Amino acid sequence: MVGLLLVAGAWALWVAGHNRLWREAGREVVRRRPLALAMVCLFVVTALLDATSWVGGSGAPDGGDLVSLHKPRSMIDRAFPIDFQERSYSAPLARTEFYGGAPLLHPGKHLLGTDIIGRDVLHLTLKGTRVAMLIGGLTTLIVIPLALLFGVTAGYRGGRVDDAVFFLISTLAAIPGLLLLIALITVLGRGPVQVCVALGITGWVGLCRLVRGETLKLRELDYVMAARALGVSEARIVFRHVLPNLMHLVVITFVLLFSGLVLSEAVLSWLGIGIDGSWGQMIDQARDELSRDPAITWNLLSASTALFLLILVVNRVGDAVRDVLDPRTVREMW
Amino acid sequence: MLAFVVRRIAYGFLVVLGVLLFLFVLFFGAVTPEDMARRAIGEKAPPEAVAQWITNHGYDRPRLWNPEDPTDTLLFDHFRSMLSFDFGRSDADDVPIARRLREGIGPSLSLTIPLFLLGLVLGIALSLFVAYFRDTYIDTMGVALCVLGMSVSIVIYIIGGQYLIGKLLRWFPISGFDSSPAVILRFLALPLTVALAAGIGESVRFYRTIFLEETNRDYVRTARAKGCGDGRVMSRHVLRNAMIPILTRVVMAIPFLFTGSILLESFFGIPGLGSITVDAINGNDFATLRVMVFIGSLAFIAGQILTDVSYALVDPRVRLG
Repeated sequence: MVGLLLVAGAWALWVAGHNRLWREAGREVVRRRPLALAMVCLFVVTALLDATSWVGGSGAPDGGDLVSLHKPRSMIDRAFPIDFQERSYSAPLARTEFYGGAPLLHPGKHLLGTDIIGRDVLHLTLKGTRVAMLIGGLTTLIVIPLALLFGVTAGYRGGRVDDAVFFLISTLAAIPGLLLLIALITVLGRGPVQVCVALGITGWVGLCRLVRGETLKLRELDYVMAARALGVSEARIVFRHVLPNLMHLVVITFVLLFSGLVLSEAVLSWLGIGIDGSWGQMIDQARDELSRDPAITWNLLSASTALFLLILVVNRVGDAVRDVLDPRTVREMW
Repeated sequence: MLAFVVRRIAYGFLVVLGVLLFLFVLFFGAVTPEDMARRAIGEKAPPEAVAQWITNHGYDRPRLWNPEDPTDTLLFDHFRSMLSFDFGRSDADDVPIARRLREGIGPSLSLTIPLFLLGLVLGIALSLFVAYFRDTYIDTMGVALCVLGMSVSIVIYIIGGQYLIGKLLRWFPISGFDSSPAVILRFLALPLTVALAAGIGESVRFYRTIFLEETNRDYVRTARAKGCGDGRVMSRHVLRNAMIPILTRVVMAIPFLFTGSILLESFFGIPGLGSITVDAINGNDFATLRVMVFIGSLAFIAGQILTDVSYALVDPRVRLG
């Protein structure tokens, strides 16, 4: 799954790198938001380090139990000792358990403390990055092809096809987003792929509408007419003349959709239908911890800070991308 | 004008039918009655109990076509019950869904109507303020604050607000609801504050963009050239012309008046439509969920028709298009 995302991302970057206009746009975004972009890269790298896991190569065979030795571990997991667990809550850098004060197995080592069953919070938070990237990435892989297929077909063909697609869009858009998500997940079942599919089905309508409108406009332009007069085939017109001119919409939507998707997942986790291991789920589990006495705050704080940082930097980059690529068309939508 | 309205309503009705068809495919095509039964009464339920459940809830009838009696199918029944607002009983506890809706609409509206109005007034006022100081540090700060605010998940606002205002400061009760007018405000104050804080960043930024777009137009320069003060330009000229995009956004918010703020209600213990929805998710109550989605969509479609009609009222170009 992550490999697929990686290939798609690398391919998109490679293609963009070979086009002067895209290179310039990229440079402009870097110039405007160097810090935010660097942070985004940091998140991506964290997710990549967690993307593949394999067995073996960790720890002395005599220490620790066999089960944990034979669990596949990723690079992120390997950054932590193999039995990095306590029995229950412990505060950041504490030497004893939070309730009761029994000594810890790894005193002073848990930078952000541990959760209810003693897992290291920093470890969990880092692992949440991969889930967030999966939500954003996989869903976009569903959204973009769907939206392009329907949007371009409707805009280019017009007539009955356009009417049918427009009806489909209006129907899906008429169902309030969160309700549609809930209904889809309840019916499809719970799990990462189901959640992404549900988010995809809910999310493609906006981009499809944009693409359809833009294609309607492009269809009438002189260079398309010229190509048609020269006898260029329909498919070639679409791929050479229409699609490349829609790509800026796709890129803008990708960046702006991303933060929305991750935030939606947090809401879904809250309702108990999110993805395992996401920050949203950490927040959901932490919501009762504030009412304990004394309150547990580090769990909630780490997950929400990570979520906040990711959304903030993606939003900042998204604004820059929109301003650079298209200051006008997309504004009505976002 | 009348022809436009009629055409728009007819299309809206068509979309309602589309939504119903979609819901049918989703709730009767993507899951089998056995699935529904097993989720409702447990994975390990004996086959007789499953069969019994299916018969009791009427899911044993043919889905699309019944050769003996064409009206006795799930498809027909789905359309008939939804369009006649005769929603049947809940899958979970056999309570009539219509009664649930009647009970839930009051608490929902008492939360969402003040929220809607306050959010609108506050959003427009703040964004006018920020747009008035465009290109100064107030504007830059304002926008930065908005983006910061937008980046915080609503769930964090809810947890944080409840902890801060409810637990530490002890201003308002942490959760609960009572519809008697004397105390209702005490229970609503906390969810209202939290929801306003969560939504304000996004709406201020949105309205600000609209206002800035309008301030760059020629008529603003004309107004200023003839000696209009800045405040007057903002309130008299810019605000009025920005009404169309504002209207769109406002109407888009209307369905949430009915479905309620699902998160807020379930967390603050307000027994509205949102809580009903959450209960339906947790109880795998497909019948109630179906009705909730339908009601939400109905409100949304009505809202869209209203927007289009009001566009047509203020802008003659729409009527001809």
